Amino acid sequence: MLIINCPWCGDRPEIEFRYGGEAHIARPADPATLSDEEWAEFLYNRTNPKGRHAERWRHIHGCGRFFNAVRDTVSDFFVATYKPGEPRPDLKETQP
Amino acid sequence: MSGSFRTPVGGRIDRLNPVSFSFDGHFYRGFKGDTLASALLANGVHLIGRSFKYHRPRGVISAGSDEPNALVDVSRGGGRTTPNLRATQVELYEGLAAESQNRWPSLSFDAGAMNDLAAPFLPAGFYYKTFMWPAGAWKRFYEPKIRAMAGLGRAPVEADPDRYTQHYAHSDVLVVGSGPAGLAAALAAAASGAKVILVDEQAELGGSLLAETEATIEGKPAKDWLADTVAALAARDNVTLMTRTTAFGYFPHNMIALAERVTEHLPNPAATLPRERLWQVRAKEVVLATGALERPLVFPDNDRPGVMLADAGRTYLNRYGVQPGRRAVVFTACDAGYRAALDLAAGGVTIAAIADLRAAPKGELPARALAAGIDVRPGTAVVGTKGRLRVSAAELAKLRGEAAHGLGPVERIACDVVLMSGGFTPSVHLFSQSRGKLAYDPALQCYVPGASVERERSTGACRGIYGLTAVLEDGYAKGEAAAHAAGGGPVPARELTAEATDTGTDGFIGATPHPRNPAFAKAFVDWQNDVTSKDIKLATREGFRSIEHVKRYTTTGMATDQGKTSNMNALGIVSEALKTPVPQIGLTTFRPPFTPTTFGIFAGAARGDLFDPVRTTPIHGWAAERGAAFEDVAMWKRAHYFPKGGEDMHAAVARECRAVRTNVGIFDASTLGKIEIVGPDAAEFMNRIYTNAWSKLEPGRLRYGVMLREDGFVTDDGVIGRMAPDRFHVTTTTGGAPRVLAMMEDYLQTEWPDLKVWLTSTTEQWAVIAVQGPKAREVLAPLVEGIDISKEAMPHMSVREGRICGAPTRLFRVSFTGELGFEVNVPAEYGRAVWEQIYAEGERHGICPYGTETMHVLRAEKGYIIVGQETDGTATPDDVGLGWAVGKAKKDFVGKRSLARAAMSAPDRKQLVGVLTTDPNVVLEEGAQIVADPEAPVPVPMLGHVTSSYHSAVLGRSIALAVVKGGRARIGSKLVVPMPDRAIEIEITDPIFYDPKGERLDA
Amino acid sequence: MQKFSGLELFRRALGGHQSWQPQWRNPEPKAEYDVVIVGAGGHGLATAYYLAKEHGITNVAVLERGWLGGGNTGRNTTIVRSNYLFDESAALYEHAVKLWEGLSTDLNYNVMYSARGVLMLAHNHHDVISFKRHVHANRLNGVDNEWLSAQECKAFCPPLNISSMRYPILGGALQRRGGTARHDAVAWGFARGADSRGVDIIQNCEVKGIRRDATGAVEGVETSRGFIKAKKIGVSAAGHTSVVMAMAGLRMPLESYPLQALVSEPVKPAFPTVVMSNTIHAYISQSDKGEMVIGAGTDAYTSYSQRGALHITTHTLDAICELVPQFRRLRMLRNWGGIVDVTPDRSPIIAKTPVKGLYVNCGWGTGGFKATPGSGNVFAHTIAKDEPHKINAPFTLERFRDGFLIDEAAAAAVAH
Repeated sequence: MLIINCPWCGDRPEIEFRYGGEAHIARPADPATLSDEEWAEFLYNRTNPKGRHAERWRHIHGCGRFFNAVRDTVSDFFVATYKPGEPRPDLKETQP
Repeated sequence: MSGSFRTPVGGRIDRLNPVSFSFDGHFYRGFKGDTLASALLANGVHLIGRSFKYHRPRGVISAGSDEPNALVDVSRGGGRTTPNLRATQVELYEGLAAESQNRWPSLSFDAGAMNDLAAPFLPAGFYYKTFMWPAGAWKRFYEPKIRAMAGLGRAPVEADPDRYTQHYAHSDVLVVGSGPAGLAAALAAAASGAKVILVDEQAELGGSLLAETEATIEGKPAKDWLADTVAALAARDNVTLMTRTTAFGYFPHNMIALAERVTEHLPNPAATLPRERLWQVRAKEVVLATGALERPLVFPDNDRPGVMLADAGRTYLNRYGVQPGRRAVVFTACDAGYRAALDLAAGGVTIAAIADLRAAPKGELPARALAAGIDVRPGTAVVGTKGRLRVSAAELAKLRGEAAHGLGPVERIACDVVLMSGGFTPSVHLFSQSRGKLAYDPALQCYVPGASVERERSTGACRGIYGLTAVLEDGYAKGEAAAHAAGGGPVPARELTAEATDTGTDGFIGATPHPRNPAFAKAFVDWQNDVTSKDIKLATREGFRSIEHVKRYTTTGMATDQGKTSNMNALGIVSEALKTPVPQIGLTTFRPPFTPTTFGIFAGAARGDLFDPVRTTPIHGWAAERGAAFEDVAMWKRAHYFPKGGEDMHAAVARECRAVRTNVGIFDASTLGKIEIVGPDAAEFMNRIYTNAWSKLEPGRLRYGVMLREDGFVTDDGVIGRMAPDRFHVTTTTGGAPRVLAMMEDYLQTEWPDLKVWLTSTTEQWAVIAVQGPKAREVLAPLVEGIDISKEAMPHMSVREGRICGAPTRLFRVSFTGELGFEVNVPAEYGRAVWEQIYAEGERHGICPYGTETMHVLRAEKGYIIVGQETDGTATPDDVGLGWAVGKAKKDFVGKRSLARAAMSAPDRKQLVGVLTTDPNVVLEEGAQIVADPEAPVPVPMLGHVTSSYHSAVLGRSIALAVVKGGRARIGSKLVVPMPDRAIEIEITDPIFYDPKGERLDA
Repeated sequence: MQKFSGLELFRRALGGHQSWQPQWRNPEPKAEYDVVIVGAGGHGLATAYYLAKEHGITNVAVLERGWLGGGNTGRNTTIVRSNYLFDESAALYEHAVKLWEGLSTDLNYNVMYSARGVLMLAHNHHDVISFKRHVHANRLNGVDNEWLSAQECKAFCPPLNISSMRYPILGGALQRRGGTARHDAVAWGFARGADSRGVDIIQNCEVKGIRRDATGAVEGVETSRGFIKAKKIGVSAAGHTSVVMAMAGLRMPLESYPLQALVSEPVKPAFPTVVMSNTIHAYISQSDKGEMVIGAGTDAYTSYSQRGALHITTHTLDAICELVPQFRRLRMLRNWGGIVDVTPDRSPIIAKTPVKGLYVNCGWGTGGFKATPGSGNVFAHTIAKDEPHKINAPFTLERFRDGFLIDEAAAAAVAH
């Protein structure tokens, strides 16, 4: 069970959270103007990287808020968590 | 095998507490403090089990949790039967009844041993090469035979009556293993003031010190030092000592899972005690002091009962006061064999010979053996054993001889026990589970921990450090470092000097030389699974080069000890066969659990009603008192129907339906999901989430809303009331409420954070009492205060706030039955009281409580869909006749763009229709398919399926709803529902069967 | 290829089994192949086998990062069934089951396909309707599947608890032809069959890049053992598909999740069939060796770690102990994880891609093992003919653009 750092509540066990999929995929402002390919890209295509992944979590059994995280999908360990609207931290693998 | 092998004195057993027990129906005596294995050995019983494949007779190899052979079934009766327990870990208690396994008719005469005779035809992987003919015979013939031979013990056949509990704990420092390294680490960490948990799988703390009779630590005999140390630790408030507790799993972020066995050693456990406890410990720092396991040697016939690990033999003598035999041959590749021989000799066991693989053993222990007059033979191997159910002789040969096979002549030496030692393998299981990388140490011929990934330190033998002083110093240093890292205070310096004889670090991996034909000799690598050296070589010959392939092909390392005794020797044999260094062969992955762990502790209390929370409404008790039948809908218990006087469901539902259509019914709708949506932008939020338009809905009005996923498919629906310009009372399906709220929160927080809207789940806050039927208004009128519920003042699809029966209410005029209807929302705590008053008032009007089944029938008569029944996650609003609810003028809403994709307007989409059978008495099966031509060849083209089907009391016939390709264009046409035994003719109709104009709604 | 049979086993036993040859070679990669398959799991090996056997394309390499069969093929719970709801899925999985039924003979390798039956339990009204819908649709599609009452479920699988539980069993859908197979043997049998037809299986060879020419068509693969030229590349990399496809610049509708499984210690035969419960999230069968093989749904977050969380295992065993309370005293022997690639509609993609010469077989989620021979068979066809077999024609990448989803999960799992 991972420990996840909610940007508002601090470290909490994983079972308080719900995973929310890849982060920074903004819903298009005017979907009607998108081609089917563009809409499918938004709706379905995902980066699914092996390594650092920017993703959404929600502290559903806590403060209830969504936040973003960078997690290494090989180790499952978190590199950073940050509030919505804050910039995505550098995803390069600089840590030891 | 008669007579006692118990020494007159010595050991840690409680000789004042004799214990009687049985094995295979024979009664024996042992002492408190014995294990089943030590007690059986004390009685001269070495034959304890049969192997998995060849059913060869087997005895005890080890003295711990690595035991592959001596597996027994222990039964306490009444569902308390446990198979596959290691006799080396089963603590003796008065009346213990154990049985051997995997034998028939008896342990000493096992018909399955025929397999051993057939062994030449049953090499590794033989089953992949045969049993293929004739086709189908595998399942019918061969497989049942193989299955009957396989397996070990018998699974219990009665439900387990015992309890298991689950706990969480935190510690600054968790120390796993209480041998000298673990104790030293715990001492240091404890001295820092840090919160320390020390766990050990055994009944007593001490690890290898429990079998230590010679060494001294800090000037005291090891035994005394151990007692003092344990007492000192136990006296500290910041230390928790846990015995009989296995750290079986290392999970991310230093979460260690422990299995604590609470009652297994007790003759009559108190009913208040759980059998086992699962502990999930989150430790700031972990110290692994898991020790090392002695490696067997792989030589022909090394599996006879009486062949055991040297240090195990020493443990039986020193710790349990049991001679493993009268006359021992020792086969060793390291000094540990000499230490065992010397201890056993001192304990009265004749050491017939020591065969040492090393040409010139140096060191203190070999010298002492020579000095003691023991027949020490360097450069010699044991190349075979004799005996049937117990070893009777060992065969020795010099490694450098003149014969063609390179060995010297074979000499047979009588003995009743063979002790073997191939050196020690560090127990890196937990370290590896933590995802730390292992490094191969060629000098030690073993894998040792590399860099830690978690906040973890390995210490002592599990990182390849041997020698008591070195181990104690390492343990103390690691404990101090862990405590420091966890924020503990200063740790006083302590010189943990020990006087002990060093056993060195020599050892051997692989198969030892022998003069027999290697194609036929059985030298076991994995005892339990009967994997021999030649099996492993066969696998490499057949192209299985990776150790994972070898493991899977031969099953080596896949037994219940998960390779604890076999992995390194298997690697050695593969390395030699492929002429490839060990590190390049790879290493099989260490997976949890460290030792087999009871299912029950994972399940804990989660059984029956505690498996999942049972959600009940405030009116549940009333329904239960009236004998309602309940059904599970999501986590809720919902009243399904209210049978009267022996009615079956059909009769009860028909009566309930008639009552609603003619008089009035009362229905508990409290399970409906409810969300309060509040804020200046509430209407805008609603516009974006639901397909409908909400801006113009007046306060005091209700509207049916449809919600799509972003992919355009219907995910939920419900009636929504606008309570105020900035406030909506949303209802959802019973099962959908959490999903809907989560989806709303997701959009609100992450896509539209600018909207000023707040969402609150109010499902449990409101009890909802549906009063439906022509007399609904008459029933409610006298109970309502402050609301004019007249037809004119309160039309269909409106909501008013006021009081009912004195309780505040949001009164909905809404109908899911097609009749004049109200849904009375009152705060949950008033629910039952209000229900009872409405019911009492209604009795004058023939009010009838009805359940979900009647609700389903009534709504189907009206063609109202249920999301999840008429829809299945692949339906668009138009598919189910809800195109009218889609606000086409709206620029956007969730799912709108997806509706524009090609597939969403394909001409053959399935559409909601009504279905009437030609024979009005036939009620179709829900889920039945609809076709045009039931005689068409397979695959028969299917047009759709029946989604809801009932007998309609009011119509006096069956009705059904269905989704059918191009269904609306087929209304009036005949199709067929093909059943296995007949084809049922149907007509496609409009889905509204009753009161199509909706006049009754507006009554 | 040395023939396997009881007689051969007997004959070679007399010589102490010294004369068995490697079941497949350990070749060095050639400079160029007609087809390179990325991933030597069951699907990739089956693809190579059928390319050689049915299409005469033998200049084929199967490249494997680790050891063949070491991914999901060797980590799954070996359930085989074809009682899927939609016509497209039923056709695909039924194609596989038909191949399973003759696979041991075809491969001359006993893959131990055991039609022990797969019983899927219904615990609520929604399950009942859903499973009956499956039963009827399956019958009309020529796929066996029958509805059993709760008592009939108990009669078919006596260890089951059907009543004294939180969600009592209301019945079940039984596919008698479903069952289990020996997962490793499937990989090994296909490997041996493909190798004997000239296919090079190259292990410890990691694909690092996909090289494309000026027209955008594939040219070959960069690997840890150098560049290998290829006219066509078939990606069959399961959980790593997104990673491999990204090398060709393609983003995929995939997410990779951990899927855990566990086995108990072996016991004598105590569980006669495969039982699945989607509602309480667990499935169980007993292996030939005697271990109870247990699994459930995926973990919650994407991961390539090949391990999952303890609380997921805990929940799975909650369900198993609820279904079979006498198994509470059995013990978990081993718990492991695989990486499954999941599509938005939970159906696979077996298709051409926008890149010329690049083909992909992925998205099997938790259900890939059962499809192994069928999937390899139609993927081989797709690569050989540069057009899909009619069975896999609906399983395109484009269905996500156009909305023609094959949503088995939605059809099965929506509660009301």
